[in-house]
Amino acid sequence: MTMAPDVGGERRISRSIAEPALVRWILILVGLGFLGVFIILPLAAVFAQAFEKGIGPYLEALREPDTVSAIKLTLIAAGIAVPLNLAFGIAAAWAIAKFEFRGKSILVALIDLPFAVSPVIAGLIYVLVFGLQGWLGPWLAERGIRVIFALPGIVLATVFVTFPFVARELIPQMESLGNEEEEAARILGANGWQTFLRVTLPNIKWSLLYGIILSNARAMGEFGAVSVVSGHVRGETNTLTLHVEVLYNEYNFVGAFAAASLLCLLALVTLAAKAIVEWKLRAEVRAKAERSR
Amino acid sequence: MKLLLKRRSLLPGFGITWGISTTYLSLVVLIPLAALAAKSASLSPERFWETVTSPRALASYRISFLASLAGACLNALFGSILAWVLVRYRFPGRRIVDALVDLPFALPTAVSGIALTAIYSENGWLGGILASLGIRAAFAPAGVVIALTFIGLPFVVRTLQPAIEDIDREVEEAAASLGASRWKCIRLIIFPLVRPALLTGFALSFARALGEYGSVIFISGNMPMETEITPLLIAIKLEQYDYGGAAALAVVMLGASFLLLLFINFLQRFSVRYRLAEGT
Repeated sequence: MTMAPDVGGERRISRSIAEPALVRWILILVGLGFLGVFIILPLAAVFAQAFEKGIGPYLEALREPDTVSAIKLTLIAAGIAVPLNLAFGIAAAWAIAKFEFRGKSILVALIDLPFAVSPVIAGLIYVLVFGLQGWLGPWLAERGIRVIFALPGIVLATVFVTFPFVARELIPQMESLGNEEEEAARILGANGWQTFLRVTLPNIKWSLLYGIILSNARAMGEFGAVSVVSGHVRGETNTLTLHVEVLYNEYNFVGAFAAASLLCLLALVTLAAKAIVEWKLRAEVRAKAERSR
Repeated sequence: MKLLLKRRSLLPGFGITWGISTTYLSLVVLIPLAALAAKSASLSPERFWETVTSPRALASYRISFLASLAGACLNALFGSILAWVLVRYRFPGRRIVDALVDLPFALPTAVSGIALTAIYSENGWLGGILASLGIRAAFAPAGVVIALTFIGLPFVVRTLQPAIEDIDREVEEAAASLGASRWKCIRLIIFPLVRPALLTGFALSFARALGEYGSVIFISGNMPMETEITPLLIAIKLEQYDYGGAAALAVVMLGASFLLLLFINFLQRFSVRYRLAEGT
C-alpha cells in the first residue's frame, strides 16, 4: 500500500515539517482506535442488542403501547420547548447583537448559565418552585394544576437544558454581520418586521437552523432533568429516554435497546444535518470573502 | 428602555426584544435558581454543614471529582491526538470520523449509559476481555471514568481543532530549516501554541463530567461510598423528599461549576491576549 496519509493536503509544504509516515499511521490508528472503543462500539452495541432476537421482536417492542406513548410525549415536549427557545433566542440575539446597552455582558453570561448547571439540578429547581413543598406548589394544588410529575414540568425542564442553544449560535453571527444592511433597509422605508424577515433572516438562516438542530437533539434526548420532574408514570409521564431506563431496569433488554436505537437514529440524523449545515455556513463565509475582495 | 441604551440606533425593536429575553430568562432560569438558594438558606447553618460534609456526600464528591479528572485527562491525551490527526492528515473516511466526534453531544445520555454498560459489563464485548485481565470495568469506579470520558471527548477535540488550524506553517518550516528536529518543533513551538486551547478543552470536559448523570448511573452500579456520584446523591435525596438536603448538595455542586467556569473564562481571555501579543 503506497497511500501514506498526506500532510494537510498542502503538498507544497516541505516534508521537513511532516512526521515520518510510520508516526502518522500510528497516530491515526491510536486516534481512531480511541474513537472506535468509545464511540463506534457503543453505537454498534445498541443495534446489536436491539436486533438480538431478530427483527420481529424488535418491531414488536417498538409497537408496545407504553413505548408509543413515550415517543409521543418526547415529540410533544420537544415540540413545545424548541419553538419557545427559538423565539427567545431570536429576541435575545436581536437585542444583544444590534444594540449597545447597559448590562449586556451580564445578559450574555446569564444566557450560558444553564450549560453550567447539572441536569439533576435543573430538574430540582423546578421541584423547589412548583412541587408540593415549593413556592407555588400549594397554590397550584388548590386549583388542581399539576406541574411537577406532569407535562408542564417536563416541558420546563426541557426548556431549561436547551435554553442557550439558539441564542448562542445567533449572537456571534449577527454581531459579525453588523447593522449596515438593516439600517439601509430602514432608510429605504422597510418597517421592523420587513427588515428582520427580508434582510436579517436570510443572513442568519443557517445559524438559526444549526441552533434548532442542536436544541432539538438535546430536547428529545434529555434524561437527568426530565427524570427528576417526571414522576415516572408508565405510559403517561415517561419520555422515550425515561422509558429506556424503565425497560432496562426491568431486564427487558430488547425493548430498552429497541427504544434506544430510535434515539441513536435521531443522533445520527442530527450529526448528518449538523455536518450539512456546517458545510453551508462555511460556503457562505467563503462566498462573502470572495465578494468583498 | 431608552435609558438602558448607550447609543441611539436606527433599528427598532430594542424594547420588545430586551423585554422578552430578560423576562423569559428570569422566569425559566433566574427565579428557579433563586428558589434553590432560598431553600438551602432555609436550612440552619449546622444542618447545611452536616449535610454537605456527611461521609456519604464527601465520598460522592471524591468519586465525582476524581473520575471527572481521570476522564478529562484521558480526553486531553487522546483528544489531542484525534484533533491533530483530523486537522493535519488526510485519510479515507476522515469526514465521517470528524462528524462522529460529536456523537456524545447528540446521543441521549441514557442511551450512552446502557450502551457502555452493555460493552463493558462482564459478558460484554470488551468487559469480557478486561475481566480476563482481572479488571472490573462496569459497576466499579472504572465504569464511571469510562462514561465521563465518553461524554467529555468532543470538548477537547472541538476546542483544539481551530487552534491547530491556526498554527502558522511557516513558523514550523523556519524551525525545521534552522535544524530543529520534528519532535523539538512539536515540543517547543506547536505545544505552547495550542496549550491554552488544550487547557480550555480539558476544563470544559471536566466541568461537563462533574454534572453528568444519565450515562453514569447505568454503568456505575450506584454503590454508596464507592461509585455514587454527587448528582445521583441529589436525585436520591429528592426521591426521599429531603428537599433541603438535595438543595444543599446542589449549592455545593453549583459553586464548584461556577468556579470552574470562571477559570475557563480566565483561560479564554488569557489565550486571546496570548494570540494578540503574538501578532504584534
